Amino acid sequence: MTQIRFAGRLPEEDLVTSGHLACPGCAAPLAMRLVLKALGPKTIVVMPASCWSIIAGPWPQSSLRVPLYHTAFEAGAATASGIRAALDQRGDTETTVMVWAGDGGTFDIGLQALSGAAERNENILYVCYDNEAYMNTGIQRSSATPWGAWTTTTPERHPEASPKKDILAIMAAHRIPYAATATVGYPLDLVEKVRRARAVRGTRFLHILSPCPPGWKYPDEATIELSRMAVRCRIFPLVEVEYGQRWRLSFDPAPPEPVGPYLRKQGRFRHLAEPDVAYIQREVDARWDMVVRRVRESNGASGDWEPATAIGVGGEPPGMPT
Amino acid sequence: MKKVMVGNHAVSWGARLARVEVISAYPITPQTQVVEALSEMCADGRLAARFIKVESEHSAMAACIGASAAGARAFTATSSQGLALMHEMLHWAANGRHPVVLANINRSLAPGWNIWTDQSDSLAQRDTGWIQLYCETNQEVLDTTIMAFKLAERLDLPVMLVLDAFYLSHTAEPVEIPDQDAVDAFLPPRQARYRLDVGDPRAFGGLVRPDAYMEMRWYLNEALRQAEVVYEEVEAEWARASGRRYGAVEAYRTDGAEVVLVTSGTMTSTARFVVDRLRERGEPVGVVKVKMFRPFPSETLRRVLHGVDRVAVLDRNLSPGRGGIFAEELRAALYAGDGFLRPAVFGYIVGLGGRDVTPRVLEEIVARTMREETPRREDLWVGVSP
Repeated sequence: MTQIRFAGRLPEEDLVTSGHLACPGCAAPLAMRLVLKALGPKTIVVMPASCWSIIAGPWPQSSLRVPLYHTAFEAGAATASGIRAALDQRGDTETTVMVWAGDGGTFDIGLQALSGAAERNENILYVCYDNEAYMNTGIQRSSATPWGAWTTTTPERHPEASPKKDILAIMAAHRIPYAATATVGYPLDLVEKVRRARAVRGTRFLHILSPCPPGWKYPDEATIELSRMAVRCRIFPLVEVEYGQRWRLSFDPAPPEPVGPYLRKQGRFRHLAEPDVAYIQREVDARWDMVVRRVRESNGASGDWEPATAIGVGGEPPGMPT
Repeated sequence: MKKVMVGNHAVSWGARLARVEVISAYPITPQTQVVEALSEMCADGRLAARFIKVESEHSAMAACIGASAAGARAFTATSSQGLALMHEMLHWAANGRHPVVLANINRSLAPGWNIWTDQSDSLAQRDTGWIQLYCETNQEVLDTTIMAFKLAERLDLPVMLVLDAFYLSHTAEPVEIPDQDAVDAFLPPRQARYRLDVGDPRAFGGLVRPDAYMEMRWYLNEALRQAEVVYEEVEAEWARASGRRYGAVEAYRTDGAEVVLVTSGTMTSTARFVVDRLRERGEPVGVVKVKMFRPFPSETLRRVLHGVDRVAVLDRNLSPGRGGIFAEELRAALYAGDGFLRPAVFGYIVGLGGRDVTPRVLEEIVARTMREETPRREDLWVGVSP
């Protein structure tokens, strides 16, 4: 199994300012800080509605030192496509256009636009910071909410009954050049993945687990610990997928920790009985086996995947100016 | 150069001559020819634009907004359900002050499925902050497409040009195509006042609290209030290059008219024909064509309708439970006129879902408007047999 080793230092420069409006202990500003360190100042951020719409600060302030465009909830990937096209038209192919969306704006309402952009292989980086519910509106369930979790729309007597949507597999099915998962608990791994994503052209997708103290109901100081536990108990495997074909594990927690302590640390799971926890453990084990199978299969005889090239005389994509 | 073309291709030609930089669209009947022609133009290099073939109209408008925010000249076209799906982003374009241009081919809304002309789709978007311009001929469509960009970019407002399904979109007429040089001189490359720029990082469209939101809306409204005057300036400039102008409002044979038909879109041509015929018989009838619906040209309409006895408004649209939308807006505009001799407004609902509005229908409307003492009810439905 490969484990990413980050070579080099993190840039000193912070492109997220202090004074942002996140809750104490929120993983989302930390994730943004790390991602922007890796991307640098030549980045334009597109932000559909999410907690970050607030964290970014009210007019006339901004907690980002890069250009930021706030867009509608379902419109992140489409808005970014337009910005990318405009930059390309002006000859700026260097600036990264990054969508920064929550799980609602990615798994649910923004999925159609994201699928469209990925299918067109738009040259954008799409980052989903996933706090596993609609936290900004007051902790309502999304399709990223895990089975068994309490939210304000899945009360304890009827907790979340559907498994979490496998967004990474959905994105991999679009055969985009790069998709990966990361957490703020392993910051060097996160930064290295952003750098790898930045080096590729086409649609790149990064799924960051983003623990939320008020939404998950745990003490503010446990964000990093929970981020690591999620990886070590294999509930959130750290992986990379290239062209939907080559799956790689970034970190194999062997032996894995059981899921029980991770769940028990969070108030949103406190109503779960032992059989529920055992069920989650079986699910996690089964999903891990699936990931391992994908990794093993893609390490097999298939060799390097060759991405599609532009069709047309002279290799110039249709519609591009000469 | 003169060329025979359908209204949809007049839109495509207008966008091409305006040198749009980013196009994003989704197919819908009867708009498809617009984007088909633009795809061809992009593919063979006649137009150096990026065409983003999105998965929905919502994304089409979002992509245009993104492109516009980054400083590009952006264009899309749609109809009916597509425009309705865009609704949220239409607000976004206006509040964000992005000069996107959209061509809407007027089509009815479902159910039942109906692809024929009806203004209810565009008029349902009247409160989104877009300038709306209704066209009568294919020549006007081409000219208006070019002018729309100039108007939009002068005011940082989005502009919707509107044409009737099939009566214009699929009907071929001779169209004078202006020289590219003339268009370039009239419409230089866009110089965005504000744009997403890594050299000057700013946040656009974020949280605005009650202490500033109302001012933001005030500025939007002020920009729209200027739009009629700016439109006339833009048209005057275009007239110098092309010899053609249309007016936000056009009065046709209204001198001494006792009854004036107020029209928009292709019904205007029919109304001109009917008025010519009635004038030959000595009947004092005229036409006022309303090209600009948003901002509503209230003062101009008060001026051209001053002293007219009766006005018959033809509404190929419906605000259910209220009636015709042009009539409603006109009544409000006339009521606001202080110390002003108000004509009686007779509203007529006609031609919904593409039903033909023939010269005979208009003659009946004129006769009825002359015959009635006062409008018996706010709007009469013409030719319905429920």
